[in-house]
Amino acid sequence: MSFGPLQLCLLFSSALFCVGLMGALSRSNAILVLLGIELMLNAANINFIAFWRYGPEPSPATGVIFVIFAIAIAAAEAAVGLALVIAIYRHQRNIRLQEADTLKG
Amino acid sequence: MNLPVAQLWLIPALPLLAAGIGALTPRGGRRLAATVAIGALALSFLLSVGALITALADPAAHLVHNFDWFELGSGTLRLGWVLDPLTAFMAVMVTFVGLLIFIFSTGYLRADANFTRFFCFLSLFAAAMLGLVIANSLLLLFICWELVGLASYLLIGFWFHKPAAAAAAKKAFITTRIGDLGLLLGMVWLYDSTGSLLFFDGGAGVLEPAALDALAAQATIGGLAISTAIGLLIFCGAVGKSGQFPLHVWLPDAMEGPTPVSALIHAATMVAAGVFLVARVYPLMIADQPLAHVPVHALTVVAAVGAVTALLGAVIAIGQYDIKRILAFSTVSQLGYMMLALGVGSWVAAIFHLLTHAFFKALLFLAAGSVIDAAHHEQDLRHLGGLRGPMRITFATFAIGTMALAGVPFLFSGFWSKEGILHAAHGWDVSPLPLYAGLVAVVLTAFYMTRLVAEVFHGTARGEGAAHAKESPPTMTIPLLILAGCAIALGFLGTPAWPWLQARLEGRTEIHGHSLLEGGGLMALSILLVALGIGAGWALYGRRTRTRAAAVDPLAARIPRIFSALTDRLWFDELYAATVGRLSDGTARLADLLDRHVWDGTIRFLSGLGLFAGFVNRDADEDVLNGGFDAGSAGLRRGGQAYSRRQTGDAHGYLRVVAISFVVLVMVIMLGGGQ
Repeated sequence: MSFGPLQLCLLFSSALFCVGLMGALSRSNAILVLLGIELMLNAANINFIAFWRYGPEPSPATGVIFVIFAIAIAAAEAAVGLALVIAIYRHQRNIRLQEADTLKG
Repeated sequence: MNLPVAQLWLIPALPLLAAGIGALTPRGGRRLAATVAIGALALSFLLSVGALITALADPAAHLVHNFDWFELGSGTLRLGWVLDPLTAFMAVMVTFVGLLIFIFSTGYLRADANFTRFFCFLSLFAAAMLGLVIANSLLLLFICWELVGLASYLLIGFWFHKPAAAAAAKKAFITTRIGDLGLLLGMVWLYDSTGSLLFFDGGAGVLEPAALDALAAQATIGGLAISTAIGLLIFCGAVGKSGQFPLHVWLPDAMEGPTPVSALIHAATMVAAGVFLVARVYPLMIADQPLAHVPVHALTVVAAVGAVTALLGAVIAIGQYDIKRILAFSTVSQLGYMMLALGVGSWVAAIFHLLTHAFFKALLFLAAGSVIDAAHHEQDLRHLGGLRGPMRITFATFAIGTMALAGVPFLFSGFWSKEGILHAAHGWDVSPLPLYAGLVAVVLTAFYMTRLVAEVFHGTARGEGAAHAKESPPTMTIPLLILAGCAIALGFLGTPAWPWLQARLEGRTEIHGHSLLEGGGLMALSILLVALGIGAGWALYGRRTRTRAAAVDPLAARIPRIFSALTDRLWFDELYAATVGRLSDGTARLADLLDRHVWDGTIRFLSGLGLFAGFVNRDADEDVLNGGFDAGSAGLRRGGQAYSRRQTGDAHGYLRVVAISFVVLVMVIMLGGGQ
């Protein structure tokens, strides 16, 4: 099994995804969870770029466009997420996710 | 000033309007209510005079104005009014006497809280009575007849907080209703036989020869001609309304109403409606006279009832102690006289007596009202006495009324009208009994009226009220004076020497008078009888007057048993209570038992069946249908609860599930060979 640039990129993005996932699962601070989620998102973006650059058939800038869209949407999503965090903070005077369980069944 | 027949409706319409205004007047508007009622009746009086002038221009004619009321299937129901001397004289009498009594009432009821209501009812009564008088249709007459009964009920029960007044009102209404049923049946039969209820309709009316011949020609049950049967049924209504035996019991009780009501309704006008009705349908009543084969003529029954009533009322009046009750029984007796006159074939004598009686009886009642008012509502003559001094005008007018009623000769109207009736009875060839009854009643009438005057006005005051009595205000004495003048003057319109009134009523323009000496024997006899009655009364009550209220009546001391029977009104009320009353009680009880056990049992059984069916139905519903749905929805609810328990609200938990699922998914794909 040889390691070309594509495989290295995929290993890196997998590592980044796992770091993000662990961060999101293990932290109770909502902001840190959001950070973890951003890491996972960016791991996906790296995959887009890698497959575009080193993929079997180099094509027009499809992957780059995807990533730009994803970054723009991620920015909006981060704004919404932070606004939610602020709302939760106002409501319960902290941002511990374990305690934000008002919507449980 | 003529009143054309088409405008005759104005006469009852004005008081009706006044009644409407009176009904809307608030309690405080006493002056308004009285002014409107009196003003409307005064206008009606003027119109009635106009109508009389029109009628007298051609006394033989029956001027009519008929119109369609509504269509009913193929027939049309028609109403109308008629103007002839009978109508016109009655209308003038009702409006004039009514007007004086209205004025008297403003004084008599000056302290009553329901003054406006009283005038509303009085106007309603006047409207109904005038409508009755002008009606040219038996149906319209019947409608007004019932309205008159209603007004009478309302006014007898005017002081309805007194249990006696409320009971008397009910008694009057129910008793007259018995007679009215006869009138209604007669009316229906008449419509069935002739197809019309109009009295005069240019040859097609029921009182015109064509219809009368047809009615008299057909026989019905018992060999009676149809006209006889219908006439007797209509006479039933007159018996009820005019207080004839055996339905006379309501009239004395009607004295529970205010005295002006007794004067207007239960003496002068309404009770005379029965006499008027018989006089109005007189052609129908005499239609069977030429028939020899009928077992009994309608008029024979009328004469018999009238004679019995005339005698009965006069006898009972002797034993009464209440001023108004004595006058009431005297009214019963005088109405009997009128019926007697109708029965023996002289309806003009009856109407003449009706007119004179209306004036002097209204006078007597109003004077009695003046006494009662002055003596603080004391009506028992044992507690009155000695009022001659303090109440001079009342005494003088009451005495004039008494002499008119007793038939004191020559000067007073009652004498002339009573003579007319006695002469008519004398000329009746069927039986002399009505004449004898009339002559005996003459003695009795003079006797009890003398007793009344002696007890009330002579001697000394025997009660608190009588001791402090003062003369009544002018609103009460002026009507008395006017009525007293009429009680004298009216007689001269119908003396045998110059029978103007009788001639006009019969539709003749020329007057056939005759000398007073013709038939003078009977007149001398009746004068003798009047003198006998007054003399006996004065000997018993006037020479030595009652000194204490508790003293025994002189007549009661002589014939105690008979007198107490008279005081108890010959037990007619008790008799009716024991027979008719008990029968109706028994029927009611039977109906109650039937209701309770038979009908109620059936209904209960049926409802039990219904309940059982419902029970079965409900069980089926609940166990089968509802059970299935309940189980289904319980399952859904349990499922939902299980799902919702998974929704912990823990974001990490969700994320964990997503991550583990992702790992599992990746492993499945990789182990599956990456295809």
